[in-house]
Amino acid sequence: MLAVAPTALTQPRALPLDSLRSGITFSGADIRAMQADDFANPGFLWVDRGEKLWRDAPAGSQSCATCHGDAPKSMRGVATRYPAYQDSAAGVFDLEARINDCRVRRQNLPALARESDDLLGLTTFVATQSRGMPMQGSIAGPARASWERGRDFYYARHGQMNLSCAQCHDVNWGKRLYTETMSQGHGTAFPAYKLEWQSLGSLQRRIRACMYGIRAAMPGYGTPELTDVELYLAWRAQGLPVEAPGVRR
Amino acid sequence: MADARVNVPAECRRGEPFEVRISIRHAMETGYRTDAIGKTIPRNVIQRFTCRYNAVPVFAVRMSPGIAANPYLRFFVTALESGSLEFEWVDDDGVRGTAQAAIKVV
Repeated sequence: MLAVAPTALTQPRALPLDSLRSGITFSGADIRAMQADDFANPGFLWVDRGEKLWRDAPAGSQSCATCHGDAPKSMRGVATRYPAYQDSAAGVFDLEARINDCRVRRQNLPALARESDDLLGLTTFVATQSRGMPMQGSIAGPARASWERGRDFYYARHGQMNLSCAQCHDVNWGKRLYTETMSQGHGTAFPAYKLEWQSLGSLQRRIRACMYGIRAAMPGYGTPELTDVELYLAWRAQGLPVEAPGVRR
Repeated sequence: MADARVNVPAECRRGEPFEVRISIRHAMETGYRTDAIGKTIPRNVIQRFTCRYNAVPVFAVRMSPGIAANPYLRFFVTALESGSLEFEWVDDDGVRGTAQAAIKVV
């Protein structure tokens, strides 16, 4: 076959790396101030919760800290590499799935429900240890197939409005949709506190909200479809700093 | 579970006001929302929040469903002597929350 087979790092990008803009740059001054102040940012309520869960051992089990020690050291930079391929599961895990995998296999505890305060707390606590560090997800090797499925999902048209992710976030970002300025659709602030939700929420919840908005079927939490899109978005946001917990309208 | 975050200055000067900030994890359910099958979600908001400085009430709020989830309060208290600020709140379900912060007056 002589068809062009670009390598992982030379994939054509709809948005060149030097044109990437975090969603916070599309927000108003009040949202930016809220995210910048670690006390005013409600996301830190979940970070505190996650820190406690990290430290305290559940009855009859070990705590996260037993193995991983001091999170600011051991978890530094971890969120920049997720979603990532996990050999043991022969699949791609996002941070939530990775934490639940540890809970089930190492701590012998039941998995935490997606969007529960505990899982959001632990995920945000781990993610915030990478705050300010550039995204650098790997799509080499076995993660490649997942990335390709994520890319196909991103460019496929969905739902009654027959829209693809790219039509808003690659082509029309910066323009208005009702009162909202369309962002480039990066997930680097998640888990983020959405004022609309009055709560912290994961990137999967945010993607599902987009699907709902275009009247498409929403893939379930933790499904491979959503993880693939998360991986594609992480690759697409390469070099943007992790902001978790971000604040969005 | 840590349900609130409190922020006060490390040191306060006697006779001068200092800033107190508290953020409380609470859904502040308005009673006007419905769940996925259309059933009304009962109202559950923080009814009353009080702050005592060495057992003396210095600040109180009566809250309503108009206040967003995870209320964030910011107010000033005049520093008199070292001691503690005790925060207490109770919601419609009767669930009581507390937090406290040490105050050092120099």
